[in-house]
Formats: sequence, C-alpha cells, structure tokens
Amino acid sequence: MAGTLPGTTAEAAPDGAAELLWFQEVDKGAVAVVGGKCASLGELINAGVRVPPGFALTTAAYRRFVREGGIADAIRELTTGIDARDMDALEARSRELRALVEATPFSMALEDSVAEFYRKLGVRCCLPATPVAVRSSATAEDLPGASFAGQQDTYLWIRGIDDVLTHARRCMGSLFTARAIAYRAKMGFAHDAVAISVGVQKMANSFAAGVMFTLDPANGDRSVIALDSNFGFGESVVSGEVTPDHFVVNKVSLDIIGRTISRKEICYTVDFSAQKSRAQEVPFERQTVQSIIDEEVIELARMGKAIERHYGRPMDIEWAVDKDLPAGGNIFILQARPETVWSTKPPAEARPAAKTALDHILSGMLQGKRVT
Amino acid sequence: MPTFPNPHDIKAIPGTEGWERMYPYQYQFVTDDPERKAYEEQTFWFYDGLHYPEPLYPFDTIWDEAWFLALSQYNNRIFQVPPVRGVDHRIINGYVYISPVPVKNPADIEARAPHFMERAGYYYKNWDALEEKWKQKMKNTIAELQGLSIPTLPEMEDLRVVTEGLGESKGFHLIKAYDDLINLGIKCWQYHFEFLNLGYAAYVFFLDFVQKQFPSIPVQRVTQMISGIDVIMYQSDEELKKLARKAIELGIEQAVTFSQEWSEVEPALKKLPKGKEWLAALDKARDPWFYISTGTGWYHHDRCWNDAMNVPLSGIATYIGKLKQGANIERPMDQVRAERDRIVKEYRALIEREEDRKTFDELLGTAKTVFPYVENHLFYVEHWFHSIFWNKVREVAAILKEHGLIADIEDVWYLRRDEVKSALWDVVTAWATGTTPRGTKTWPKEITWRKGVMQKFREWHAPPAIGTAPEVIQEPFTIVLWGVTNKSLADWAAVQQVKDPSTISVLNGFAGSPGVIEGRARVCRTVDEVRQLEEGEILVAPTTSPSWAPAFAKIKACVTDVGGVMSHAAIVCREYGMPAVVGTGHATKVIKTGMLLRVDGSTGAVNIAR
Repeated sequence: MAGTLPGTTAEAAPDGAAELLWFQEVDKGAVAVVGGKCASLGELINAGVRVPPGFALTTAAYRRFVREGGIADAIRELTTGIDARDMDALEARSRELRALVEATPFSMALEDSVAEFYRKLGVRCCLPATPVAVRSSATAEDLPGASFAGQQDTYLWIRGIDDVLTHARRCMGSLFTARAIAYRAKMGFAHDAVAISVGVQKMANSFAAGVMFTLDPANGDRSVIALDSNFGFGESVVSGEVTPDHFVVNKVSLDIIGRTISRKEICYTVDFSAQKSRAQEVPFERQTVQSIIDEEVIELARMGKAIERHYGRPMDIEWAVDKDLPAGGNIFILQARPETVWSTKPPAEARPAAKTALDHILSGMLQGKRVT
Repeated sequence: MPTFPNPHDIKAIPGTEGWERMYPYQYQFVTDDPERKAYEEQTFWFYDGLHYPEPLYPFDTIWDEAWFLALSQYNNRIFQVPPVRGVDHRIINGYVYISPVPVKNPADIEARAPHFMERAGYYYKNWDALEEKWKQKMKNTIAELQGLSIPTLPEMEDLRVVTEGLGESKGFHLIKAYDDLINLGIKCWQYHFEFLNLGYAAYVFFLDFVQKQFPSIPVQRVTQMISGIDVIMYQSDEELKKLARKAIELGIEQAVTFSQEWSEVEPALKKLPKGKEWLAALDKARDPWFYISTGTGWYHHDRCWNDAMNVPLSGIATYIGKLKQGANIERPMDQVRAERDRIVKEYRALIEREEDRKTFDELLGTAKTVFPYVENHLFYVEHWFHSIFWNKVREVAAILKEHGLIADIEDVWYLRRDEVKSALWDVVTAWATGTTPRGTKTWPKEITWRKGVMQKFREWHAPPAIGTAPEVIQEPFTIVLWGVTNKSLADWAAVQQVKDPSTISVLNGFAGSPGVIEGRARVCRTVDEVRQLEEGEILVAPTTSPSWAPAFAKIKACVTDVGGVMSHAAIVCREYGMPAVVGTGHATKVIKTGMLLRVDGSTGAVNIAR
C-alpha cells in the first residue's frame, strides 16, 4: 500500500489515498507517505518495540491541505527565484511561507478525520484529550547522508483537537525553514514537489528520558551502547542544556562498563496548567543522583540492541521512562533513526588483509602498543 | 603524569645497612658509576609484586636470576623480538623492580624483524609438536631432580670406593650434587620461557586487534573468547573434588572432616577399611597433583600440598560440605564454553570488513593454540618442579646444619645460592681434613643479622614504581602480565599520595570479571587464612593461585592487589560468574576484614563503606 504512493509529485496523488494512518499500519517502506519519523515508529511497533501510540497525517493529507487551501500557487511563487546565498532574503521568504501555511485552515472534512483519530487515541490511552507530541515527519530528512535532524518541528504537551490542528499546520510550515529551502535549492529539489507528514503521538510522562546510540559516538565502537539520561523529558538532553548522566553498556554482555553521574541542574517537566513542558531546577539533593536505575539502563540497552538488529545498522534512539506506569511496562522508545556520523565514515584503518597471525603479531610489535 | 621516587634517593632502612650483600651485586642501584646511575634514573622500574608479594630471601633470588636470564635471552638473543630486548632487574630493600629494555634504534628494530618472523614463525607453525617435546623435556628434568641424591658425609668412606676403584669421595659428590641441583633449576627455567613470550605475544596482539575494532571492549571479554579450554592448572582442584565425592560415596566423610589437622585425620582413616581405600585414591592423586604450591611457588615457604596436607584437607572438607548441601561443585565448563561461543559470534558479527573478520579468526585461533601452554607451564615449573626442588635444598641444608654452619634447616634461605656453595666447600674441606668449618662461627651470626634485616624489609612498603614514568607504556608483556598501564600507574600514585589509608573509600583496579556485588570483606594474606572464610564473603588477597581454588566456592567476589585480567583470580571468577577487581595495588593494606565493600567487576571499582 505505502510503496505504491508516489512521494514527490503533488498533483499525481490520487484522491482516496489514506490521509491518516495509525503508526502500526506503516513500516519503513512508508517513508514517502508518512515521512521518516512516523515510518520508523511504525516499523518499531511492528518489530515488537514498545512505542507510545499515535497516528500520522500523511503526505496525502498535506497535499490535500495545499490543494483545498488554495495555496499551491502562492507557494510556487514564493519559492521561485530565491538566492540561497542571501540569508536575509531567505529568512524573509521563509517567514512569509510559514505564515501562509499556518494561517490556512484545514477543510472541514480533513479536520473531522483528524479529530476522529485523536478521539480514538484518547480512548486507547483511557484519557480524553490525551496530551500528545505533534511532530513533523519529513520524507527525506532522516535518510543516511541527508540528515537535517532538528530542522523540523516538535511540539509537546498538546491537548485538545484545536491545538493539535494548529500545531499540525505549524509542522507543515516547517517544510519551509530557511535551511530547508536552501538545501533544496542546493540539491536541485523542486519546492512544490516535496511534501511533509505530521505525527501525533501520545506523550510519555517521563520520570527520566534521554537518548542512546547503538555505538559509541566518541569512537564509533560498535560493541557498545552509549546512553545519556536526565530527569524529566528528553529535551534537556537533546538540546544540550544539561550534562546528562552517561552510561556505556556492553552490547554483547549487556553490562554497564562505563558510568558518569553528572550534576543535573535542570530538567523539563510538564506544566499541566499551561499544558506544556518547562524547565525547572532539579532539587539540589537530587542533582547528583543517578537519573535511571541500572536495571533500566540494561533494559534500554536490550531494546537498543533489538532495534539495531531489526534495522541492521547502528541507530540513534530517543527513549523515556514513564512515571505513570508500573515498572516492567514503563520504558518507551520515542524515536529511532539510523546513526549518520559513524555509519557513513569509511573504515578508519584500511589495513592490508593479514596473511597470517604472525604477520599481525609482527606488525603489532613494530607499531608498539599505546595503552591509556 | 604521576611521579615516583628516584631509585637513588631510597635510603637503607636504619639497621639494615649493608643489606646489598644478601643479593647478587648487579642487582644494586648504584651511584658510583655515572653512566649506570643516569640509566637507572631515566628508566621506569616497577615493583614486581605479581611474583614477589614479600621481600626476597637471598636463596630464593635463584628464580629471579633464572628468569632474568631466560626471558631476556629468548626475547633478545633467540627470537629477536623486534622492539624489546630483555627485562632488567634491580632489588631494593629486598623487593624486585623490573624494567623492559626497548630497542631504541628503528634500524635495529627493522633488522630484527625478519629473524623474528623466521624463528617465531617456526615455533607458531610447529607449536603442538614442540609443546609435546617440551612436556617430555620437563618430565625428564623433574625425574632427574627426583632421582638426584644428596649424599651425606660419612665418618669413613665405604669399602666399595676402594674395591671398585671409584676414585671419588662423598665430599666431591656432595659438591657435584649441589651443582647438579642448581643446574637443573636453571635448566627448568630455560624451558619455562621457551614458549612463554610467544604465547603472550599471540594473546596480546589478539587483544590489540580486538581493541582496535572495539575500543571500548573490556579486556575480560577478550579473555572470555579463549576461555573454556582444558588446562592442567585446575587438575589439582579437580582431584580434591573427586576425593570429596569419593569420601561421600564410601560413607567416610565424617572421618575426613572431623578435624582440620591431617595428623589426626590420617590415622583415623587408617583404622577404617573404607578409609584405607580412600587413602589409596589420595596417594594416587598426590603424585603429581599435590605438588601444587600453596602460594605462587616462587618462595621456599610456599609449601606444596604434599608438605602441607591441611590445605588440601580443608579444600576437600569445603567440597564435602557443598556436596552435602546439594550444591553443584563442577566447574560450569559447558556454560563457560557456550557463553564463549556466543560472545565470539556476536563480536565477530559486529566487525564490518570481511578481511578484518578473517584476521580475527586467525588471531583467535593462534591465541587458543598458545593458551594451554601459557597456563600449563606454571604447573610444571612453579609448582611441580619447585616443590621438589625446595625440598632437595632442604636436604643440602640438613648437611650444613649437621656440620654446624646453620642452626636450623630453614636458615639456609638466608644464604645466596653461591654462598651455599662456598659453605659446602667449607664443610667438605673441613670434613676431609678433620677440622672445624670456619663457617660455624661466621654464618650463624650473619644469619641472625639477616633475619632482622628481612623483618625490617617486610615492614617497609615497597613503592609500586620508581624512576621516571614514561608517557606511555608500550611493552605488551608488561601490560598483560603485571597489569601496568598509564591508568594503573595513576591510580597507584594517587593512593600513594594519601597519607592516611583509612580515609580511602575507592580503589581502582582492572575489571577482572563482570558484575556488581556488595558484601563483607575477608582479607587473606596467605592460603592458610582461607580457612577463616565464611560463606558469601568477599575475598581480598595479595594475589591468588590454583591452590586457593576451594576458596572460590565460598566467596561471592574477589579483590586482589596484583594481577591483570589473565590472572588466576580473574579467570576463576569469570568461570564462577562472580565479580572480580584485580590489580588494585593496595587492597590488602587499605581494606580490613569486616568492611562493607561494593565490588564492580565491570568497571574495576571497589567502594569501601566508611
């Protein structure tokens, strides 16, 4: 189903293509339809990984939005004749484009479809007006070698259908950030041919959260999982606002072989009255306390290993430990994408193939051994 | 960069002035030879606590001299190891300090390489056949040693000397027997190093290769890849288990365990018919498996089980107790091998390039080939040969005692081996002549003084290293055998700077065996103290050897002062699946019995609750 949909030709999208899909209905073959992020979440769910539930507004939904909103011509006009080197002009165009997208309403029919999915999600989570994360899910962003992580938008603690729709439009507008426009110009992609998907996913109410790489980002070592963690939501870790706790777990034996507990001065928690996350100071006596317990570190590493095995490549994973759920069912994977720094590097040392063990012993002896 | 004392600044302990004469003269740090002094200052010497947890007795220096020669000759003159010559030795206040000597000139290194390829290559290629030959040489040497008789000096020579026209006296035979004894010892140590460094090299560069592929891999995981190979070092312990099972089978376990004293247990068993059957099985096991030292075998006082039957008896009693509780006392070899194979498979799959996977297979194969020798030589040399050797020297000492040169047989160890030879000359010439040996007046006084010196040496704390620390330690044998790395040096230096050991709450060593556990410490300085161990304690020891094996059935973690990830404690703990932190440098000094410890065998940290 997913693979049959054309991903880059707006006009060619046939009417009746699914505009909303549950994550579990998609897999990694659906990048053109639901973007890399949502496809990856669907893939994870189908691989048996615990992921908070949610759904995607597909690229078909985006195209319908553009078509029904009557903004296709305006977009074409505004993206024509841009000098990608003129940053000021680029920024100005970006602002105009985003404002245009954000101000254009969804059609009633599309709004109703989104509202119905959101209602069903609330039923599934036993929580009406479930707080969700609304994220853009671009069709090219997470492909290895073309990483523009962070370029698209994520809005957390969104509650109620009106807010969901508003932020979905904001996410769609993120197709026109200055960097994205410049990148497409540089790569020769047509601005009106690209489309974007939006993911709507239940928020994990994290006690602690962070990221993990299924290799050591410091040296590319494939035999370890490196994990960063802080109290609260993962924002503080992803943004680099705190020095998180750092764990190195042996991927083969699943034991913790490195551990640095940092002073974590702030963390993000939800402000229920404002319906958003906000930074707050970690109580002094907790600042140097390990943010997740060893068992959770190991369970996460186990999940990371399974995810890597499923994708057959090193992965970059966001995770959370939910405080509303009991131990054993409280660890969630929020996002997983291919690691792009080390995976695209050629092997560091192109040593000649060894003839015998002795050749190696000799060359090793001649090189000497630095031990630090 | 950690700093360590200058060797020439270390003063003699008051009252021990002149101690240098207890050791060969070339072992001294000197100030009267400017060239040698400068070399000694610029060199990095580390204390060989692995082999010498306590000061060296003058006689026991024989093995140090033996390996000084053997290791160095094989590295430098026989195999032409390209970047390293031998390992230099010094003694300070009775403690041995060693330092690998690098080949400095790159042209020399290059010139040595093809010779190394040819010579080492021959050994690697013919490893199994040469190793078989080696075993035969060792067995012959041990048989020769066992057959060596140390003659006593008769009042009148036997008539046979005349009727058979022998033309030689017992005096000459005694001198000759002593020379033969020493030469057998030196020869045995020649064999000791025949394969050893090649074995270590194969292992070191397998390690090196895997670490390049996986910079964060714990060394213990690499050693796990070559675990589960049968080696005879564990056979002695296996014999104890067999005897424990047999005692239960025969229903005589009460008689075996009613006392901790062999002198009481043996006569009790002799009174029982089943006891006799058990004793027969024991006798069969004793040669050679009870020629296992209660220590490392490097010291004369490391008596073997045959000489200290209370030790194996205690081990048998431990195993009987375990069996009665229904516990499994088998080494979990199938599990060890299954885990080994899983680890190898998973790591191999993580290697990206096909060529690298091939190299991995090659090096792993070689490491597995050399592994049995690297373990087994210890039994042949340090345990079997040494145990018999020490007792032969005691026979020589009995003659010195008989002739009044020493007051007690155990005094002989305060003489250097060449001094024993001189003393024997004194004895035989006086015996031949019918006079009193001069040494009867000189040696007792000197020995009393040396005993005092040795006591002061024992109270002295040998610094872990002296001289100038290098930027990096590059010599691989040093790293694997002695666990010397930049990190360990920094850790040792840090502990050294702490004035009050009772304030130390963290010790760092090598992650020897993974896992985290908390428990009470039991500090055992010798294997005799193992009897005090209680179930579930954490063993803290200077180092362990195979005769400590039964202790591991009781403990839940182990911490040692000395040793790398290939040390006995690390290997055994990995087999039992319990945490070990090895090579902490100071654990037995800092930790006291009863302290609450947290041992993290995955990171190498030991936390002391204070």
